Amino acid sequence: MSPMVAFVHIAVLVMMIIAAFLAVILKNLLSAVIALSAASLLLSLEFYLLHAPDVAIAEAGIGAALTMAIFIFAIRATKK
Amino acid sequence: MAKRFITLLLIALLAYMFLPFIVEVDETSQLNRVAEKYVTAGPLELGAANLVTAVIVTYRGLDTLGEIVVLFIAAVGIGFLLRKPSKKKIAAPKRSSSEILRTGSDFLIPLLILFGVYIFTHGHLTPGGGFQGGVVLTSAALLFMLSNTEARFNKQLTEVIESVSGIFYLIIGILGLILAGGFLDSRFLQLGEMGRLFSAGAIPIIYSIIGIKVGMELIGILEKLRKEEI
Repeated sequence: MSPMVAFVHIAVLVMMIIAAFLAVILKNLLSAVIALSAASLLLSLEFYLLHAPDVAIAEAGIGAALTMAIFIFAIRATKK
Repeated sequence: MAKRFITLLLIALLAYMFLPFIVEVDETSQLNRVAEKYVTAGPLELGAANLVTAVIVTYRGLDTLGEIVVLFIAAVGIGFLLRKPSKKKIAAPKRSSSEILRTGSDFLIPLLILFGVYIFTHGHLTPGGGFQGGVVLTSAALLFMLSNTEARFNKQLTEVIESVSGIFYLIIGILGLILAGGFLDSRFLQLGEMGRLFSAGAIPIIYSIIGIKVGMELIGILEKLRKEEI
């Protein structure tokens, strides 16, 4: 593994940990969901870097887009 | 105090549990026996350029059928939970979507649909397949829902398309049982030239059916959840 690729791996993983941590500590539910979705998007990037494009597409679609939409629908339904 | 101590203890134990994965893992230089069989026999037997698809659709076809069933049960469960229609009539949404979102989605939705269809029809050639293509189709539908807050998807139509594609999937599986080696065997059609769109037996057909089924199922779930929300 070249140093460049290793650096990208580490950067993606560190950003993922930060996003996941934000998702836990943020009090505003909408911000927490967006942080979770950012973690999913970074996870799909990591899958792509690990040569698993099949999994990366599924993770980007389900984890980053659809899960966030369903969470936001749920938050809006419970708020009123 | 005791609660915090137990939490820290649990975290430490969890870290200890995962320690071997970090310390002892090293890159494998050769394939294990099953993987080697797939890699050597897969392209010759099934003619799919994307080996992952060959494994998912044919060698492990029964598992894929199981995944489809799990997704179907999840959709049915959501429909069952949200079946009670809300007492008050559906109120008009508070505001319509912005001009930027509407114009942008008009450009993006056709491209997303095209990309989703490309992913599942080319599942045997390029990365991706039925599940991924279906999800991309659903994200196009989601964008449509966000930009046209008034419009509704026809629930009956999505359900009919989904059930019909499920039935076709099973029919193709049984055709494989009769004409080829076993249930969901894709070799009852010509293998063709590797790398062409119409090749690899019935794999493109099966994956297109799965893509349509997954897409319609997820659109149905989103539509049900959205109806609940307003």
